[in-house]
Amino acid sequence: MKKYYQPEIETAPREKILEIQNEKLVKQVKHVWDNVPYYRRLMEEKGLTPDDIKSVDDIYKLPFLSKADLRDTYPYGMLGTDLKDCVRIHSTSGTTGKRVVAFYTQHDLDLWSDCCARAIVAAGGSEEDVVQVCYGYGLFTGGSGLHDGSHKVGCLTLPMSSGNTERQIQFMMDLESTIICCTPSYAAYIGESLKEMGYKPEDNKLKAGIFGAEPWTEEMRQEIEKSLGIKAYDIYGLTETSGPGVAYECEEQKGMHINEDHFYAEIIDPDTGEVLPEGSVGELVFTALDKEAFPLLRYRTRDLCVLSRKPCSCGRTHVRMAKPMGRSDDMLIIRGVNVFPSQIETVLLKEGYTPNYQIVLDRERNTDTFDIYVEVAPDQFSDLMGQIQKMEKGLESAMRTMLGIGPKIHLVPPKTITRSEGKAVRVIDKRKLH
Amino acid sequence: MAITQLSVFLMNQPGALVDAIKSISEAGINIRAMSIAEANDFGILRIIVSDSDAVGRLLSEQYLFSRTEVVAAQMNDRSGALYPILVVLNEANINIEYMYAFTGSGPEEAYVVFRVNDVKTAEEVLNANGIRTLSDENLKI
Repeated sequence: MKKYYQPEIETAPREKILEIQNEKLVKQVKHVWDNVPYYRRLMEEKGLTPDDIKSVDDIYKLPFLSKADLRDTYPYGMLGTDLKDCVRIHSTSGTTGKRVVAFYTQHDLDLWSDCCARAIVAAGGSEEDVVQVCYGYGLFTGGSGLHDGSHKVGCLTLPMSSGNTERQIQFMMDLESTIICCTPSYAAYIGESLKEMGYKPEDNKLKAGIFGAEPWTEEMRQEIEKSLGIKAYDIYGLTETSGPGVAYECEEQKGMHINEDHFYAEIIDPDTGEVLPEGSVGELVFTALDKEAFPLLRYRTRDLCVLSRKPCSCGRTHVRMAKPMGRSDDMLIIRGVNVFPSQIETVLLKEGYTPNYQIVLDRERNTDTFDIYVEVAPDQFSDLMGQIQKMEKGLESAMRTMLGIGPKIHLVPPKTITRSEGKAVRVIDKRKLH
Repeated sequence: MAITQLSVFLMNQPGALVDAIKSISEAGINIRAMSIAEANDFGILRIIVSDSDAVGRLLSEQYLFSRTEVVAAQMNDRSGALYPILVVLNEANINIEYMYAFTGSGPEEAYVVFRVNDVKTAEEVLNANGIRTLSDENLKI
């Protein structure tokens, strides 16, 4: 069985990786300068030209990009190629105001699927395997990322998409899936469903799972491993950089190897933007070294994390990132969906409510629970119970439309939401993920 | 006519009711009738008091409440007395959202409080059928 998908790259000596990065970065900066006027202007504002970037040692000079830039340039402002050269679009789960639309040329899809293929092989995958992909297919990158990676490896690919757990389990059993790819909370849910149906962990043929798109804990990993009888691997990525596969775990399960020949990672101080030395906690920043259509340089992920260049016993030489330990902005990841409190505020005001609310997140049976407490204004109050419950349902549906996931709404009397030093506490996250 | 019910939005948790009743108790205002509708997180306290204006002032500082017009029909406190009242309302196609009852100060005297979709018609048909309904004035005991 192959241990690596692209051994010459995955185990390349550090100097070789650096050489690849230097060469690609110089080329990429030129590509962006020539094709993305928005970024060129940012460079010009700093008095930079492509000649100032001779190697990754110069990368600190380049301006950052953030979600706000992507919003400002929506939809075509970050395009690095002609639209006719693009073959695919994906989009983030976030909705109004926070939408990110990413473009891919065939070259971009190929390098992305290579990244996912590396992750699958690192999890023990080969052409002997049956890979059940139960990430959502569609605009979300999860489904197609792992799907295409699975094809590259030559696995028999089951494009299940998410949901319909009964059918997932039937196919898993009948077609003897050996690798499962989905969000960790869905994996935990499948594990519980199997148990309820009377199956033991050894009754299925699964050996590994590749889980990502939402935060999960070490405890959750152990639980999933036990309930499904598998080894659970973490995978990291974001639509802005391509999708899952930017980094992935090997059998060591000690951090995720970043595909450094395609993505250059930095850790910065989120307040000053200063690059921090290895081992420091800071915000993760990625530069896509060879993507053509959506070539983001120094994109701030808002994920707080640590990098390690310590050699890994798996033989891979690529830098490892720890599980992100939080966010440097107020974004929440709920059941794999990005949610900003500002979106919730927008819905409340639009529906005629006061912006006095509190989000409470918890985990029940390894799935996020999402509750929003909303204070009712005097003119909205009714003595009829049915009327209030109808308001709750109406608000739930408006939230679902805006956020992509449905919270449970609780209407409460005015001035009942916890205030800390006069300021309302907007988010109570009891999930204890970090 | 009709009478005023105060509907108070409370959290469904220990302490919520006792706090709400405290000020009414201290002001020496009589609660003639009450009921609570409960949901998971909240409850709606519905009270008929001897002086709804005074209680409204007391509650307004701390509570979300509304004034609701309800029909209080007088009946005898004995078996079979409710039925004809409901028949009258039904024949007038009145929908009852909720109801509760309290006893009066006289012997065999009881009142049923109806929250209906059409207070005016409800009172008219009840009165036309010889059933007495109360006004706020009647509550000031």
